[in-house]
Amino acid sequence: MNTLTVDGKLVTFSNDDRNLLEVIRKANIELPTFCYHSELSVYGACRLCLVEIEGRGLNTACTTKPEPNLVVRTNTAQLRDIRKFTIELLLASYEHDCTTCSKSTACKLQDIAKRLGVTKVRFKRGQSNLPIDDSSWALVRDPNKCILCGDCVRACEEIQGIGAIDFAWRGANTHVVPAFNKGLAHVDCVDCGQCSRVCPTGAIVPRSQIDAVWKELDNPEKTVVVHFAPAVRVAIGEAFGMPAGTVLPGQIASALRTIGFDKIYDTSFTADLTIMEEATELVGRIQNGGVMPMFTSCCPAWVKYMEQYYPEMLPNLSTCKSPMGMFGAVAKSYLPDFLNIDPKNLVVVTIMPCTAKKVEAKRPEFTTDGMPDNDYVLTTQEFATMIKQSGIRFQDLSPEPFDLPFGYKTGAGVIFGNTGGVMEAALRYAVEIVEGKPLSNLEFNEVRGEEGIREINLTVGELELKIAVVHGLKNAKKVVQDIKEGRKIYHFVEVMTCPGGCIGGAGQPVYFDKAIRTERIKGLYSADKMLQMQKSQENPYIQELYKNFLGEVGGEKAHKLLHTHYYNRKRISEEGMSILENVGNKLSISVCVGTNCFMKGSQEILKRVLNFIESKNLTDFVEVKANFCMENCDKGPSVSIGNKVYSNVSFDNIVKEIEAQLEAVTK
Amino acid sequence: MSNTQVDKSAMRKFQKVCDILQNYDYDSKNLVPILQEVQEEYRYLPEDIMTFVASSLDISPAKVYGVATFYAHFALEPKGKYIIKVCDGTACHVRHSLRIIEAIQEHLDLTEKRNTTNDLMFTLEIVSCLGACGLAPVVVVNEDVYPVMNPESTIKLIDTIIAKENGKEGDNDKVAI
Repeated sequence: MNTLTVDGKLVTFSNDDRNLLEVIRKANIELPTFCYHSELSVYGACRLCLVEIEGRGLNTACTTKPEPNLVVRTNTAQLRDIRKFTIELLLASYEHDCTTCSKSTACKLQDIAKRLGVTKVRFKRGQSNLPIDDSSWALVRDPNKCILCGDCVRACEEIQGIGAIDFAWRGANTHVVPAFNKGLAHVDCVDCGQCSRVCPTGAIVPRSQIDAVWKELDNPEKTVVVHFAPAVRVAIGEAFGMPAGTVLPGQIASALRTIGFDKIYDTSFTADLTIMEEATELVGRIQNGGVMPMFTSCCPAWVKYMEQYYPEMLPNLSTCKSPMGMFGAVAKSYLPDFLNIDPKNLVVVTIMPCTAKKVEAKRPEFTTDGMPDNDYVLTTQEFATMIKQSGIRFQDLSPEPFDLPFGYKTGAGVIFGNTGGVMEAALRYAVEIVEGKPLSNLEFNEVRGEEGIREINLTVGELELKIAVVHGLKNAKKVVQDIKEGRKIYHFVEVMTCPGGCIGGAGQPVYFDKAIRTERIKGLYSADKMLQMQKSQENPYIQELYKNFLGEVGGEKAHKLLHTHYYNRKRISEEGMSILENVGNKLSISVCVGTNCFMKGSQEILKRVLNFIESKNLTDFVEVKANFCMENCDKGPSVSIGNKVYSNVSFDNIVKEIEAQLEAVTK
Repeated sequence: MSNTQVDKSAMRKFQKVCDILQNYDYDSKNLVPILQEVQEEYRYLPEDIMTFVASSLDISPAKVYGVATFYAHFALEPKGKYIIKVCDGTACHVRHSLRIIEAIQEHLDLTEKRNTTNDLMFTLEIVSCLGACGLAPVVVVNEDVYPVMNPESTIKLIDTIIAKENGKEGDNDKVAI
């Protein structure tokens, strides 16, 4: 152990300490930062963690390696001045409508300004009137509140490997924007919202639907039912000063009833239902030689990621809808009769830890006759706001029961919110199907944990089951690439987009310390133990639902209601590039140069097509386009000639077609 | 017949982009020189081409856009075939470069905001110093420097270019003025 001095005290550190900042924080001095996140790369931009090091002057602690015998001061008159000055400049440059900002009380800028005693701003407020981007159902970007710390840019790039937003322009005009300054809904964003989770201000926040939900609650004709995801119960307490991981399902039921919801249900019920369908699908794929490995499909950001980046692997995604999707479909078809109400008066509201779920609810496959199966998706944050709006003292509530039948769940349906939870829940059923006898040990500790990629081999009957559990899309990309290139073989892969799984979702109360996630994960595992049943297949209400309504597990009606399909999706919305323009009634050839086709050599095909056309002096008769995605990626490279799309093409096999069609045109 | 007039230049340009990417080994570390060469082909960076470059280099389009907007050298709007740079640095300014600027704007129907002609023939740029103060006021058209200019000589220069352009068809880029 080495030592250094911080503010006159000896502090020990090891080589594992990432930087001086971490060492100082361990010594119980909370240096302020905007741009430092233990999960992201070191950036050194916000300058708030400046410290004075004897013999070296002022240094940012985040970019300094701890060294033995350093003498560090964190609290000198000069440092206090600089920090206050920095905050004053930020406050002068950006909008700070704290009283009406949805990030208020969870805002780092507000918090640090208060901590540092910034009581007035000596500078004239600059004017910024940049347009707000509300193109996405998941998130709202307000560039006027951005302090350019770059946390969102690095979260998107380093956690998710996407890079949907980045810095653009320079100097005083620098902004963080999606590609080509388009709206978030029109670029490669998968709606996970981790950008908003790390944002220290209100520059990116989940899009709120609170007002619309109040309107439904106020309408006496409507029966408003609500269901909430597993992860909500271990995080909502944080908004009311309770420790992370406190398990509060009964208190949530009580609050929801007081707010005015007519029926309180649990998404964990349909998580149990998901397990019945998904584990059956998995066993079916294994036994019948189906497409392997099977990927989980509960996470909408992951599904969108696959649709955009690996469309050729869409058959690997489980066809099961997410628990939220299943709930909506079952609720809208089952509840009107059950509750004896007119279907058009049934409103389904759901509370999710997630911003991407807001977009999932809008997917056409999750709507019936144009109406979403889940009418409104609120985040845990929005739910906390509604509790506060109602004046409910949440921390003092006594637990209340859920409504049956959709309020009854097993532990398997509750651990769904943790990374590894869907896998474990599925194993509790799948292993029983394969082995044909009850499980002796319910806890699959091998799949638990917080490592980004976890690989497990399990002996199930005669089968050596190879599985992987992944969270964070950057990790997922690595696993998918390994599978594609034959380096890894799995049967079943669970992917969750957010670090820690749904419990780390961007709709949860804002947190900056990853230890919060660990507590929430523990909370869900303890909630599992508190329930009477741990296996989805034992849920009596699930059994009843199959018996009285759905029919067989994996059967026809179950398929119609509980399963779905996926589409290739363009990453950036735009038209193709015109390469050889021609007006009039000419032969039109379009070559796809989207990522998938590009990887399969479409650029070379395009070049050879152009050379061929030129060498044959046919430029007058053909128009050529390069297209970014024909949404036919699994069969690439794709070329369209005339009105027909050709798949898996090579230059040699399309050149005949071009010649044949040209003959018709030139005649 | 106008509909048999085929613009082969888009095809050539795109082929060139493919070659540029190949020459740089599809390595995203070379993004700046790649964009420079692409801009030489198009005289600006079209959105779709930037997306194509991004997907070819396996980086996000937002990153390419970030780099393209960072450097003043890159243009995101189409520029004219002839880029007229008028120096308004101190030396040129005191020798009435503003009058030249105003004369060009009036002659080509341009404004401060709209600095490229509709036919994409001319773009007017006002620059701070071209380092040729002894020749003030200086006007540069593409690569050619014209010293000691005044409004009349500048308009004459522009008219010569227009006349040359009208007098020819085809892709001959160089005009002797």
